[in-house]
Amino acid sequence: MSAKSIHEADGKALLAHFLSKAPVWAEQQPINTFEMGTPKLASLTFEDGVAPEQIFAAAEKTYPWLLESGAKFVAKPDQLIKRRGKAGLLVLNKSWEECKPWIAERAAKPINVEGIDGVLRTFLVEPFVPHDQKHEYYINIHSVREGDWILFYHEGGVDVGDVDAKAAKILIPVDIENEYPSNATLTKELLAHVPEDQHQTLLDFINRLYAVYVDLQFTYLEINPLVVIPTAQGVEVHYLDLAGKLDQTAEFECGPKWAAARSPAALGQVVTIDAGSTKVSIDAGPAMVFPAPFGRELSKEEAYIAELDSKTGASLKLTVLNAKGRIWTLVAGGGASVVYADAIASAGFADELANYGEYSGAPNETQTYEYAKTVLDLMTRGDAHPEGKVLFIGGGIANFTQVGSTFKGIIRAFRDYQSSLHNHKVKIYVRRGGPNWQEGLRLIKSAGDELNLPMEIYGPDMHVSGIVPLALLGKRPKNVKPFGTGPSTEASTPLGV
Amino acid sequence: MSANENISRFDAPVGKEHPAYELFHNHTRSFVYGLQPRACQGMLDFDFICKRENPSVAGVIYPFGGQFVTKMYWGTKETLLPVYQQVEKAAAKHPEVDVVVNFASSRSVYSSTMELLEYPQFRTIAIIAEGVPERRAREILHKAQKKGVTIIGPATVGGIKPGCFKVGNTGGMMDNIVASKLYRPGSVAYVSKSGGMSNELNNIISHTTDGVYEGIAIGGDRYPGTTFIDHILRYEADPKCKIIVLLGEVGGVEEYRVIEAVKNGQIKKPIVAWAIGTCASMFKTEVQFGHAGSMANSDLETAKAKNAAMKSAGFYVPDTFEDMPEVLAELYEKMVAKGELSRISEPEVPKIPIDYSWAQELGLIRKPAAFISTISDDRGQELLYAGMPISEVFKEDIGIGGVMSLLWFRRRLPDYASKFLEMVLMLTADHGPAVSGAMNTIITTRAGKDLISSLVAGLLTIGTRFGGALDGAATEFTTAYDKGLSPRQFVDTMRKQNKLIPGIGHRVKSRNNPDFRVELVKDFVKKNFPSTQLLDYALAVEEVTTSKKDNLILNVDGAIAVSFVDLMRSCGAFTVEETEDYLKNGVLNGLFVLGRSIGLIAHHLDQKRLKTGLYRHPWDDITYLVGQEAIQKKRVEISAGDVSKAKTRS
Repeated sequence: MSAKSIHEADGKALLAHFLSKAPVWAEQQPINTFEMGTPKLASLTFEDGVAPEQIFAAAEKTYPWLLESGAKFVAKPDQLIKRRGKAGLLVLNKSWEECKPWIAERAAKPINVEGIDGVLRTFLVEPFVPHDQKHEYYINIHSVREGDWILFYHEGGVDVGDVDAKAAKILIPVDIENEYPSNATLTKELLAHVPEDQHQTLLDFINRLYAVYVDLQFTYLEINPLVVIPTAQGVEVHYLDLAGKLDQTAEFECGPKWAAARSPAALGQVVTIDAGSTKVSIDAGPAMVFPAPFGRELSKEEAYIAELDSKTGASLKLTVLNAKGRIWTLVAGGGASVVYADAIASAGFADELANYGEYSGAPNETQTYEYAKTVLDLMTRGDAHPEGKVLFIGGGIANFTQVGSTFKGIIRAFRDYQSSLHNHKVKIYVRRGGPNWQEGLRLIKSAGDELNLPMEIYGPDMHVSGIVPLALLGKRPKNVKPFGTGPSTEASTPLGV
Repeated sequence: MSANENISRFDAPVGKEHPAYELFHNHTRSFVYGLQPRACQGMLDFDFICKRENPSVAGVIYPFGGQFVTKMYWGTKETLLPVYQQVEKAAAKHPEVDVVVNFASSRSVYSSTMELLEYPQFRTIAIIAEGVPERRAREILHKAQKKGVTIIGPATVGGIKPGCFKVGNTGGMMDNIVASKLYRPGSVAYVSKSGGMSNELNNIISHTTDGVYEGIAIGGDRYPGTTFIDHILRYEADPKCKIIVLLGEVGGVEEYRVIEAVKNGQIKKPIVAWAIGTCASMFKTEVQFGHAGSMANSDLETAKAKNAAMKSAGFYVPDTFEDMPEVLAELYEKMVAKGELSRISEPEVPKIPIDYSWAQELGLIRKPAAFISTISDDRGQELLYAGMPISEVFKEDIGIGGVMSLLWFRRRLPDYASKFLEMVLMLTADHGPAVSGAMNTIITTRAGKDLISSLVAGLLTIGTRFGGALDGAATEFTTAYDKGLSPRQFVDTMRKQNKLIPGIGHRVKSRNNPDFRVELVKDFVKKNFPSTQLLDYALAVEEVTTSKKDNLILNVDGAIAVSFVDLMRSCGAFTVEETEDYLKNGVLNGLFVLGRSIGLIAHHLDQKRLKTGLYRHPWDDITYLVGQEAIQKKRVEISAGDVSKAKTRS
């Protein structure tokens, strides 16, 4: 749970729905309301084995405006890819008939973008907005400890360059109720290079955009280009390209709002009602989606752990870095897990590190079992590696997580995967401390003996990640004995009672 | 010794001024916000082994609490902690408290902390919750900054100051506190991002130096309330701190503030530092580590850049984190050799009694259980009825009869037996409103009582005269049969003893006008039971009795009772002794009570539906043997003072 990127389509939907609704902090209400009408955002998702024609046909039903005659569109993948124009992942000013083959050619196919391999699965099609280069602006809002920075540059577009250096900027302090800058200040600080006839519109837009940013708990929002076109009636504002991050931890406050902007009604979708479905959704629309970064599609297993994580007060994280890697980790603690990854990388085995993950916050035996089972399953797939594999069961000295019960969960998983662990010649290294660690280590030791798993076990007298150089480089620290061999690991009672 | 004598009570300590760099001292008093008995006990145990005079927890604030005090251990004795529902009351009662350990959830921690910030007496607030929205965290820290309050967290375990104060669960269990010598101060103060790793630092520091002076975990979120620099400046100002340890992390720029302070001479004490997450730059795609704040948004925020910058600013930065103990040990020895630090003499390792539940978990002690239960178990993944998981109960569709056989007899009985149990429940469910049980229920309901009272009023009439025929019939018939008495002998013996035979006789039904319920039971039993010896015996007895009077038939109670004995004796699931025990323990009464409860509840609901009023029995339906008139007259005459007249009349 942290700040997470969202689809461009969702970002635009949020703006369309809330620009006119979010409470504005400026001293006076903006003149322009930016009632956006119903947004036109056709989001297409391509799964393996589904013909593109099928997806297009469904889209035409849901978004009838795709079939309007003479309409021109923009099509692009919507998967958190930066600089799409430069990578040739953008078509402009094309009819729907022209967009379809362009998308079909790329959909569900692997591609390399700036050195990252991934599969294009989600595309966004929206109406093309003809405009002059001179009407393009750049705006960015992002949060820092002291407040929220608004960056504005009067020449937006793909070639905007180093905005950090050249954009006009202003810091909105945290206490917006009392310290929100005046319109005069905003105009002076941000709009100095903008024609005066556009000041009012842009000022109103910035005030409203910032209101949305606050109300929906964005942590990052960038629009480039932001297009302001003078018309006979006044001006039109369009946000052509948008990248945003929401604070996922704020879901309990903002979830219903996020969902409302994604409801079929807000998006103008034509919904064919499925009579058989009686599921009642808890909010006005579907819950916000937080896609994985491009090139890192969530595997089934990662998605499963993410779901487990969201259902408990404990923390369970799993990221597969290299499914063919020889080194796997099963580490407790947000800090310790990073320390382990560091140790493996600094021993020169970054390429062999298969996963990053952690479990913490006192998960119970069953949760740990499910987690461990998933890792063991992943590491024992495919053909055995001739050099065998290494599993680190590590962790710091826990503050309150019960080592005994979490280890019981791991041992249950060992029993399920005993023969696979043998086939893959998995060598196991254990280091752990904390409540009931003696019992936990004793249990895992006897399970290792019983299941005939090669294992080296250490308690808190070993450095937290000391088993990594021990296993990978053969560095054995002085004066540290494996569990069950030295005096420090006798089944002691707390405080020598 | 009475329980009361074992409870220690403490007066509020007298306040004295402490320098600003001291967040905690050995008279610090705190509130724990939220019901966290384990954390509270951990804090009190820590206080006790640090030989504090007073517990560090003055009270608990729990907005949902109805409880007024909570009992905690103070060493081997006990003490009482007050529980307050309002911050206002707690603050007024304990003006000496200046620390709050806030265990409120990520959803409610914002409002509770904002409220706490309204009370100027609180100088330090630790926020434990993980997942506090970043905007809210910033609002908290902004307001706290304005008011000069130190926030530790969110998303942290807290911090510890050996000999003085322990925030919540910091430092782990008591055995770890002792192993890492956290009961007495050393000279090394640390600040860490990670709460889990802070305990690791306790371990490292205690093994390589004279121990921890103070340690704070600022929390893994993007916007911790206070950061490295806030605490390191305190450590710099505190003359008792000699070495500073900083454990940073990839993400954020807070380490650079410390670098700046070192560069401009604000911080002069040696700093041993490491930023974890050096591996991040070796991964191809961005990885969100366990901490929300641990993601580099620019090169500056990578662990590598931070380590390099700290090293070039003169920090003691090891090559890898594994080398940190060595670097720390070297620095410490060097300072001792130079005389900048003097070794301390170890105090005696304190002892604290082990908690009962913990000792039990460790397998150190045992005690006889006060209760034993052999029929159901709710402790595991699934509820078990006599070992059968509840999901199986439904998958195999064993019905009420099956559940009864599991819970009453701890075994699966054959299907016909379960069916028979259900049949009994259905047959005994109700017998009209006029029987005494139903009458009692109805009258109680009409007096305005609730369902349970009305049901129980009806059930309490069940005994030998009402509903008890089942038990009696089973006993009498079985005894006679087992003694080998012929049916006629049995009837004769009973008559000689002037006893009615339970289970024989009906008000209206007779041989020629049979009771359908009895016919149902007979049919089912004859068709399904392996043996029907007692039913056959009872039918023979009926032959004898009906020859005397037509309505002395085997009634439904009798039929059920003898059939039930047949069932227990012949289904193969019970030994002879078990059968006797079950009958002696009133299992048949149980059947009647369970069945009739259905009817009694029905009568209660019926009366409620009809909205009937209080029932009062008419006078004319009661024969008053002591005449009302006589009493009335007597009273009048007495009050008139004419006692002698009264005598003559009575």
